[in-house]
Amino acid sequence: MATHATPAMNFEPGRNPGVTIPQVDPTTFYDAKGEHHPEGSTMLGFWLYLMSDCLIFAALFATYAVVGRNYAAGPSPKDLFDLPLVALNTSMLLFSSITYGFAMLEMEKGDLSRVQIWLAVTGLFGLAFVGLELYEFHHLIHEGATPQRSAFLSAFFTLVGTHGLHVSLGIVWLVTLMAQVHKRGLVPENKRRLLCLSMFWHFLDVIWIGVFTFVYLMGVLQ
Amino acid sequence: MSAASKAGHVDHGHVDHGHGHGHGHADAGSHGSFRDYMTGFVLSVILTAIPFILVMGNILGNDRITGIVIMGFAVAQIVVHMIYFLHMNTKSEGGWTILALIFTLTLVIITLAGSLWVMYHLNTNMMPQHMHMG
Repeated sequence: MATHATPAMNFEPGRNPGVTIPQVDPTTFYDAKGEHHPEGSTMLGFWLYLMSDCLIFAALFATYAVVGRNYAAGPSPKDLFDLPLVALNTSMLLFSSITYGFAMLEMEKGDLSRVQIWLAVTGLFGLAFVGLELYEFHHLIHEGATPQRSAFLSAFFTLVGTHGLHVSLGIVWLVTLMAQVHKRGLVPENKRRLLCLSMFWHFLDVIWIGVFTFVYLMGVLQ
Repeated sequence: MSAASKAGHVDHGHVDHGHGHGHGHADAGSHGSFRDYMTGFVLSVILTAIPFILVMGNILGNDRITGIVIMGFAVAQIVVHMIYFLHMNTKSEGGWTILALIFTLTLVIITLAGSLWVMYHLNTNMMPQHMHMG
């Protein structure tokens, strides 16, 4: 950390022959070392990944919109969905979003142990979300509302299951990062990774807004 | 333009000296404050609770109107998440994030509206034939 700390101070004439400005303005060399770019391009690249992920969900939402009322004389959303359970599930994901936000704020302050605590809390909310969803799926399948039953249920399980899979992998990623932070501390690389996961996690909450509104609430209405 | 960005780097350099730290500043603009997160959270709770209450209590009495209203709440909540949790603004990454978002939203709208439009007409046109056969 200390050796890395002051790149401009380490300047030696002749080490950077391409740059003509002398030591008068040491900050000039900051960017000449190319340290500014990796962070910025990582965040933009990750954002582009999220946008492409958004298109996957758009396709699944479109599929659900088209076949969502083809019940094949099977159960309809009104028969199946348990809104209090969905409300609980939604609150779990929303709580996990704000606790991840708290972890980011502690990361800014450099408080390692609090970052770990908030990340752990986020992970537990995430687990609760996935657990409730698995319970719901188990309940549906137990009642005979399997993905094979109707086009509506195929589309439902694909859309909600894909989201659940994302959250599950997000939890795996979260645990990995907790181990990384534990081992190496809040080094720039870990901060960058935590920021990427932060975007991923909040993005999944945004997708869930679409799911609970479009699939659950509007499903019960019709 | 180049003068402006150069000035920006000089500024970063000074900040770095103060921190003795080479990277921490890179995303300084993209973080929210505690206040931002709490504002986003409170708004999200409100914007989530109202649609659930409307549907579970059947407050409006009309399914069609309720559907339109809760869609409106969903859009509002997505915007709240984008601003307060994902820290979207028109300036981050020189405007490229917002541009990517707009492009994606265009594709999403084409996918959703296009699928519904085509499949609705397909169903309507297929329906009479189906009825005759039945």
